[in-house]
Amino acid sequence: MIDKIRSADRRRVGMLTAVGDRWRALPRWQQGIGLVAFLAILYYLPLLGIPGLTWLRTDSIEGGNNWAGVLFVCAIYVLVAIGLNVVVGLAGLLDLGYIGFFAIGAYSVALFGSVNSPVVKWIQQEFDLPPTWAVTWAICLFIAIVLTMISGVLLGWPTLRLRGDYLAIVTLGFGEIIRIVARNATGLTNGPVGISAIPGPEGAPSADNKVFGLIDAKPWYWLAITFVLIMVFLVRRLEHSRVGRAWLAVREDEDAAAVMGVYPFKFKLWAFAIGAALGGLSGFLFGSRNAFIDPTQFNANLSILFVAMVVVGGSGNMIGVSLGAVLLAYLPERFRDFADYRWLVFGLAMVLVMILRPQGLIPSRRRARELKDRAAEAEEVPAHV
Amino acid sequence: MHFDELIGHLGQHTVDGLSKGAIYALIALGYTLVYGVLRLINFAHSEVFMVGTFAVLILWNQLGVENNPPIGQAILFLVLGLLVAAVASGGTALALERIAYRPLRRKNAPPLIFLITAIGLSLVFVELFGQVLPKLLGGVLPAAFGRPRQIVGMPTIIEQKTLFTIGNTAITNIQLIVLIAAVAMMALLDWFINRTRYGRGVRAVAQNPETAALMGVNQERVIMLIFVLGGIMAGAAALLWSMRFGFTQNSIGFVLGLKAFTAAVLGGIGNLRGALLGGLFLGIVEVYGATLFASNWEDVIAFVVLIVVLMFRPTGLLGESLGRARA
Repeated sequence: MIDKIRSADRRRVGMLTAVGDRWRALPRWQQGIGLVAFLAILYYLPLLGIPGLTWLRTDSIEGGNNWAGVLFVCAIYVLVAIGLNVVVGLAGLLDLGYIGFFAIGAYSVALFGSVNSPVVKWIQQEFDLPPTWAVTWAICLFIAIVLTMISGVLLGWPTLRLRGDYLAIVTLGFGEIIRIVARNATGLTNGPVGISAIPGPEGAPSADNKVFGLIDAKPWYWLAITFVLIMVFLVRRLEHSRVGRAWLAVREDEDAAAVMGVYPFKFKLWAFAIGAALGGLSGFLFGSRNAFIDPTQFNANLSILFVAMVVVGGSGNMIGVSLGAVLLAYLPERFRDFADYRWLVFGLAMVLVMILRPQGLIPSRRRARELKDRAAEAEEVPAHV
Repeated sequence: MHFDELIGHLGQHTVDGLSKGAIYALIALGYTLVYGVLRLINFAHSEVFMVGTFAVLILWNQLGVENNPPIGQAILFLVLGLLVAAVASGGTALALERIAYRPLRRKNAPPLIFLITAIGLSLVFVELFGQVLPKLLGGVLPAAFGRPRQIVGMPTIIEQKTLFTIGNTAITNIQLIVLIAAVAMMALLDWFINRTRYGRGVRAVAQNPETAALMGVNQERVIMLIFVLGGIMAGAAALLWSMRFGFTQNSIGFVLGLKAFTAAVLGGIGNLRGALLGGLFLGIVEVYGATLFASNWEDVIAFVVLIVVLMFRPTGLLGESLGRARA
């Protein structure tokens, strides 16, 4: 049985590599056309009405969720996966508290953008501003990114010197601390009551909003996917820059990297800060679209889900992690019968992938080679634990 | 800040903390044993404990235990509970090792892959007891699996009574039993590791796996042994938990596991006596902290302790290493 899975998996990977090689062999203009077509499909997705493909829509089943809404969630999860991939896949640091950054992003727009937040009320009082005043959406975006980056550095500064598995547990604790603070610090966050009236690009949610309303999710999806594309481009540039090479070097052998003049701590901290900012951006979009947040939306299970997206998809490979995110967000919505069991399936998927194919469904080629090297070493030294 | 409350009832808070920490310490032993030998954080150990509490629950339900049984029966129920919990938890720990960790060890997988696997396993167990078993066994064992993810109460085996008072510190019978039972289990484990032939094998593999293998120690057997031992200790913790708190749920492992791990790190992971010290210390710190601030900050205190210890003394209070625990 296991052998059958293994050989089927090997054929699948063979096909994937063949497709990848053919794509790279295409002339530039054909690649360009392919990309444009792909982008067009991405933007067309929420309108999906091609006969024969409508079964893909989540509202094609009874009681299914709004299709564009599900796509929006997929998009912000892809954003999370790309951010976490910088930390886990590129820099090789396991972060189990990513939900903390997501929550900080969501709370930034809530605390500064909503008239119902204690922070905005305090500012209104201190500076004699009218009770309708709040920070505009675009500035909240800026605040969210700055705050998450700062919190990434604050978390990373003391903990990044720890060994990898300790770091993972400490970050798990960090995610819980953020949630508990959001729940208990009622003077700052309204506690379990939550914060409502979180603004969108057109200001606080109201019936007058023409584009970004509460009901129609399509514009939100288009907004999110635009952010995703920009971030994919930026992270790709980063990956192939000096910083990206430094991350790979640190991941593969920290001591060797240090000897070669790459200061591991500095680059790990960068990875943490950039990953945190992407998580914050995603949380920002989530809060803004939801218009209401409370601490129960940020529990530790989501951190595990985020890690599952990255490792199942293929850590280190942006296409892989995006696919992982889309699968894990979309499948439970479309196949409702299994929605109750989704966490079980995610857990099983993590275990199976780690045992059978630790490099993930669509592996990064470099990562696959690293793991193969280690396995070969194991055969040379059978006595080693 | 409630300084007066803390100082005024310092003795009471210390006793409460000790009896709380004793349970952390028993669970911490599982982390410490596995880490001492394999240098790996068995994240799924919290679920080993959770399975133990369910085993106790099902046993007591099947026996038809009523609240406050006569003392003879109560002792019988507790002893049976210990046996069943130890078998269930030890078996779960062993299954984890055989199914998940052994194939990874063969491939010399990096530590993070072990950790991710363990997290996946933990999720699988939580869902198994929260979602799958209620569907399958809901009709057969309604008390344990009536509704998905429910909190289930257990019968009171021993009624809580104040045994004696010193100053304004009241010590209850349950606190005393928990403390004594936990320390006895740990003394037993300490004796086993330090004085027996099998224990010598464990220490040898922890010190140097290659040399131990050359000296004829069966490494795989030692690894299985430490998982089972850790599981048995978690089973004992599960029984004490059931007796003291009288409820369980599929998700109780998560926070408790993190705290037990904190206790293990605090005492020096890989160090058996360190786990005891770390557990008791963490229990006290938590109760003091909850009194000083408010009880809803309790979980934060444990995490802050973990971060501070890892930053300033990552080897813990007593230092790491199972091998050098006693020469």
